[in-house]
Amino acid sequence: MLAIETINLTKDYSVGFWRKRPKRVLDGLSIEVKAGEIFGLLGPNGAGKSTTLKIFLRLIFPTLGTARILGKELDDISAHEQIGFLPENPYFYDNLTAEEFLNYAGELFGLPVAERQRRTARLLQQVGLEGARNVQVRKFSKGMVQRLGIGQALINDPELVFLDEPMSGLDPLGRREVRDLILSLKEKGKTVFFSTHILSDAEMLCDRVAILNRGRMQGCGELKEMLALGIASTEIVVVSPQQNLLDELKACGGACVRTGERVRVAIPKESEVSTALNKILQAGVEVVSVNPVKMSLEDYFMEQVGKDSVKRHEEELIAQTKGGR
Amino acid sequence: MRAMNRVAAIALHTFKEAVRDKVLYNLVVFALLLIGAAILFSSISVGIQQIIVVDLGLSSISVFGLIMAIFIGIGLVSKEIERHTIYHILSKPVRRVEFIVGKYLGLVLTLAINTAIMTVGFYLAIYYQKRSLGAEDLAPLSAIYFILLQLAIVVGLAIFFSCISTPVLSAVFTFCVYIIGHFLSEMRWLGTTLHSRVAKGATEVLYYLLPNLSDFDFITRTAHGEKISASLMVSNSLYALLYVTVLISASILIFEEREFK
Repeated sequence: MLAIETINLTKDYSVGFWRKRPKRVLDGLSIEVKAGEIFGLLGPNGAGKSTTLKIFLRLIFPTLGTARILGKELDDISAHEQIGFLPENPYFYDNLTAEEFLNYAGELFGLPVAERQRRTARLLQQVGLEGARNVQVRKFSKGMVQRLGIGQALINDPELVFLDEPMSGLDPLGRREVRDLILSLKEKGKTVFFSTHILSDAEMLCDRVAILNRGRMQGCGELKEMLALGIASTEIVVVSPQQNLLDELKACGGACVRTGERVRVAIPKESEVSTALNKILQAGVEVVSVNPVKMSLEDYFMEQVGKDSVKRHEEELIAQTKGGR
Repeated sequence: MRAMNRVAAIALHTFKEAVRDKVLYNLVVFALLLIGAAILFSSISVGIQQIIVVDLGLSSISVFGLIMAIFIGIGLVSKEIERHTIYHILSKPVRRVEFIVGKYLGLVLTLAINTAIMTVGFYLAIYYQKRSLGAEDLAPLSAIYFILLQLAIVVGLAIFFSCISTPVLSAVFTFCVYIIGHFLSEMRWLGTTLHSRVAKGATEVLYYLLPNLSDFDFITRTAHGEKISASLMVSNSLYALLYVTVLISASILIFEEREFK
């Protein structure tokens, strides 16, 4: 079963004061998220991640395209019964305590009093705010507000959780706790859809990711498959190489980094690896290790976003040339 | 039934949030001080002591109620949008209509309770001045009821303007409509004296479009012992109900289409 399905989802905003013109912030997004998986929406700032989430939650409306959440159309608000949402940089009512706010969130889902109290107590403990249950939110630190936001997103025991930049504002310990929380949600069979620009989080958590840049999807798929597509480079570690050997290795396209006596040489082209190794062995230098370095999500991301930037630049140049004629 | 529960939850939360605002307490304290000051003014007004206490007391309730209605009313919707707390509400199974109605009812409840507190202060002032309270002293309650009806309309205006404008502009618009609303009859008369047909038409349209708040102003007449008839009570109540229904319906229509970027 699909938890989320979007077809050609597009959003334009009107910009300009006197002469309004449309600005496309999301351009034909088509994705499918299976129930029970952790799906990451990645992209730099302004890529359209928050816009996508806001469309899913009916905070804004799509210009084109359709989406189904838990098998229901966006207009069908009953889908929200099974949804939890943490917005980016959440802000809560200053004068309410953490306990009162979670209780209020539970009331909006129509939970009975006893159930609300039980869930509020459990969630406060789960997000580490048990000691601050009677403290007003205006006295909270940014990290505490973020934790409370996660708590309110889970008050209805949702099937699908949307998290917009969930690690934002958290210290390393807090980030670790949120990661564990997301993994525990997956264990319970919940679907987690989160946006982030912190790639290491996505790499650790996601089953599948989609990469957005300037509103367009650059790639989507299983993380394992995406990263297994290519070997980024081959790393050769040698001990005390002569300078002329290093110069020759650099000529093979290798990048050298010295750490004490050892030098790490990264050869980007597979075809150059045997040539480089021959040169090292001929020079009688000791080889410590030869390792293929797999592409990280960051490498993949930079490759995809970089490609898009070049493509956009070309499109702009073509447009300018046409405009000039 | 669940929709009603959600509206009640939003209304109670609005009330809770509002009563914990220190600004509200300051306003209530100021209002009570001014009602108390009415005793001092009455002591230097020979023969019209009670008129001064009633007039000044009811005016204090009206003015401070207005300030509360405008400033808290504007904050209700605008602040939720500005601070993005609206994301939490609308991402839950809450319809936008429920949000607006809940917010409105919450603020009317807040104003009703604050007006009740100020009314207690007002009667304490009368008691202090007269050393007794009789059945004839119940007459100001009708004027207070009319003040509350006015405030209910002002809150409706504040919510309506919050849906289409920024907080500052909403406060300005609401205040302007409140002022004009007290002089609609004069404005209509002014229109009839003008030669321009456009000006005449405009004053006529404004007369029917804007709330006629002068019909709710019985402070001076109550101070002079005039009683409010039952038929006026009913007609003013129906007028306020109708006007608020139109305002809230318009707010809902605008809010349904609004995007929260």
